[in-house]
Amino acid sequence: MTVSLVVNGVRHEIDVPPEMPLLWVIRDVIGLTGTKYGCGIAQCGACTVHIDGAATRSCSVPVGSVTGAVTTIEGLGANGDHPVQKAWAEHDVPQCGYCQSGQIMAAAALLKEHPKPTDAEIDAVMTNICRCGTYTRIRTAIKAAAEAI
Amino acid sequence: MRAIVNLSRRGVLRGIAAGSATFVLGGEFLASGRALAVPNLPTPFAPNLFVSIGIDGTVTLTAHRSDMGQGIRTGLAQLLADELEADWNRIVVTQAEGDEKYGDQYTDGSRSVVKNFQRMREFGAAARMMLEQAAAKSWGVDVSECRARNHEVVHVRREKQGEGFVEVATGRKAGFGELAPIAAELPVPRPEELKLKPRKDWRYIGKPMRQVDLDDITHGRAVYGIDVRLPGMKYASIQRCPVLLGRLVSYDASEALKVPGVERVVEIPPPKEPVEFQALGGLAVVASNTWAAMEGRKRLKIQWDPGPHAVYESSAYRKALETTATKPGKVRRVEGDVDAAFADRSLKVVEAAYWSPHFVHAPMEVPAAVADVRDDRAEVWACCQDAQALRKTAAAAIGMDAANVTAHVTLLGGAFGRKSKPDFGAEAAFVSKAVGAPVKVTWSREDDIRNGYYHAAAAQTVRAALGADGKPVAWHHRTVFPPIMSIFDQTQRLPWGWELDFGLTDLPYAIPNIRLEAGEADVHVRIGWKRSVQNIFHAFAIGSFVDELAVAAGNRDRVEYLLELIGPPRHIDLTQGGVADYFNYDGSVEIYPVDTGRLAHVVKLAAEKARWGQPLGPRRGMGIAAHRSFLTYVATVVETEVAPDGTVHIPRVVMAVDAGTVVNPDRVKAQMEGACIYALSAAFFGEITAKDGAIQQSNFHDYPVARMANAPRRIEVHLVESEAPPGGVGEPGVPPFAPALCNAIFAATGKRIRSLPIVHEDLKAI
Repeated sequence: MTVSLVVNGVRHEIDVPPEMPLLWVIRDVIGLTGTKYGCGIAQCGACTVHIDGAATRSCSVPVGSVTGAVTTIEGLGANGDHPVQKAWAEHDVPQCGYCQSGQIMAAAALLKEHPKPTDAEIDAVMTNICRCGTYTRIRTAIKAAAEAI
Repeated sequence: MRAIVNLSRRGVLRGIAAGSATFVLGGEFLASGRALAVPNLPTPFAPNLFVSIGIDGTVTLTAHRSDMGQGIRTGLAQLLADELEADWNRIVVTQAEGDEKYGDQYTDGSRSVVKNFQRMREFGAAARMMLEQAAAKSWGVDVSECRARNHEVVHVRREKQGEGFVEVATGRKAGFGELAPIAAELPVPRPEELKLKPRKDWRYIGKPMRQVDLDDITHGRAVYGIDVRLPGMKYASIQRCPVLLGRLVSYDASEALKVPGVERVVEIPPPKEPVEFQALGGLAVVASNTWAAMEGRKRLKIQWDPGPHAVYESSAYRKALETTATKPGKVRRVEGDVDAAFADRSLKVVEAAYWSPHFVHAPMEVPAAVADVRDDRAEVWACCQDAQALRKTAAAAIGMDAANVTAHVTLLGGAFGRKSKPDFGAEAAFVSKAVGAPVKVTWSREDDIRNGYYHAAAAQTVRAALGADGKPVAWHHRTVFPPIMSIFDQTQRLPWGWELDFGLTDLPYAIPNIRLEAGEADVHVRIGWKRSVQNIFHAFAIGSFVDELAVAAGNRDRVEYLLELIGPPRHIDLTQGGVADYFNYDGSVEIYPVDTGRLAHVVKLAAEKARWGQPLGPRRGMGIAAHRSFLTYVATVVETEVAPDGTVHIPRVVMAVDAGTVVNPDRVKAQMEGACIYALSAAFFGEITAKDGAIQQSNFHDYPVARMANAPRRIEVHLVESEAPPGGVGEPGVPPFAPALCNAIFAATGKRIRSLPIVHEDLKAI
């Protein structure tokens, strides 16, 4: 069946089963690979995208259930210069970088909800896994981005 | 010495086109360091060279090592660009294919900078000197008047000023791009002619240069193994036997083939022993997208013969290793007479047994590879730590000469040693050949946890005899773990010497009687090296036991006691203990001695920066451990606060690191920060267990790893200013963390942890 999906402002009509997770539609069908697979069970957050601005783990969302507009890392910020991305560069946050798309998307959503997040709010919301261990820099960069917004 | 070869000279004129590389340098190196003739000179414009310069001035630097987050693509570029006097904003870094002409591409053992610090600077310097020669030639002046500076060569004249001379620019200058075609025709400086820049003139080495891939990463453009896409590519998900060396008896794929998108299944034969890096064997479901392949796979009905390793059960295995650790083993190092010391009734004997379970790497990017196998050639792309091993392993899997296989390394989404083993590249090649189309193999997280290479579980017993002053007179240590060498020779049950040299053999304490032994262990899974390798459990036991001895010695101050054990500054001569083949992380002991002075220095620095000894509140404590590994010295102080419910908070970690000369201090700090959190995951949660030969964990819900809330709130890394040769930095931050953490927990709660992972329930306030 055909599924209609808006990703980064572009409407796609896609012939996929409605139960196919949004993650694999984004990656394999639409071909945007910035959104990553990490666990497939919404544990790690590598696949985080925004649906109508809300951070969502796309590996566990059937594409047929998506009614809102999807934003991926490729579509964050008008020119790819969202304050979170800038803060990430300023603090040289990434190591391998693989989880960072999801971290950045989660952080951008956090700052919309909590413009000046406390450490406890950061701990509660930023549950994405980073095996390289960039957490202390992520915390610093989130606070820097909060100042910049 | 090394020979650098001008690879531009063949056909350089026909290649000159806007933006193309006109000046390229390559070279060949032997492990012995001797120069050798260069066979089959590559064509000037092939991307198999370290330095090339286009006539538009773009400098292309080739990274021959894999970047898994340690920043080596940036680090190698810093070394090359610094000597080349290139403008950092005008460099491009490309990734080398797997080819022996680059020398060793094995990105493992924290050795990339150690092995390439001199070598890359030589390539950069040779190119710089040729550009200066080119300028001299075109201006008709002496080369001593030509200076490469920031992407151009300037003409200078020496003028007398006061008592001395100064160099004054004449105003004549030429850009690198302009000079490249002239340089391409010049002879390469001989090794003895190469002039490296003095340390004071370094412009990138030692500076916190931003990562070259940073912008791509933060915008989702970076390409990892899992991201490679080819036209007409199929997607495969592979069901492997849950038990190592199990065999497929029969299967029914009819339901799998009904899943929309599933096209066919491919049987992959089991590996022959030794397993090395071969594909594990199983049944691949090939589909038009990853999800269809995974869904189809769920519907396979497979009957396995689990084979000889179905007997593997973790609690029985632990008992066996622990029992072995109480019996005499093969001696690696012996000094003095340990037995006599323990027979001396006047000495106080302290004993402890430590346990560390299997761990798995669990990099965020699962193993993934793409292969495109044709009749006469093949290409493979993978997130692999060794491009040459990828090439050879993929070639072997399809019965093709490796010369006809091109191996591309992508960025690696974490690796930690897992991706040194290119079994997933072999799978992609095998399936691509079978279906006659490009194929991407993506492991699921469950595959990664259940079919991995596992860090060895280890049982250790340590005993010491303390004199009246509380200092140990004897140290007797037994370590028992399944050896890594078993994947290369299935009969191996005893660790090789080098496996013990990861953190045990070079016990750095001033103790007159020492005996270090290793026992045999059965092997039921693929044993693989994981970030810092056997140092993980050896440093855990040693660092914890020192703390226990300090308690037994009258609750001595831990820093003072540790410094007493380390003793006076000296180089430890392991041949005195009968160790003739100390591995020393592949470094010579002349250049990289085991230096107790450097170890003591990091202990003092960490203690000072942590304000060791400051009063802390109830259920709070500090712990320290220090360890030399990968030619680098690290001391770690962990501060903990243990909540009444047993939750361990870590407000602060302070590390002092002596890694010798540092190429990129910010990336070194990042590696140390990450090492703490990687070690924390293992200490807090990491445990892989087996039942009926199959791994029981499957994903991050039952193999948890550290998240933001678990991480230390602050990690301070203090780098020792040093002009010593560079040491490794990717791994040495790991070993001291777990003992420092457990010592801090002891300080906070009085609870001694001798078995990992930490059981948080046990830390509840009574």
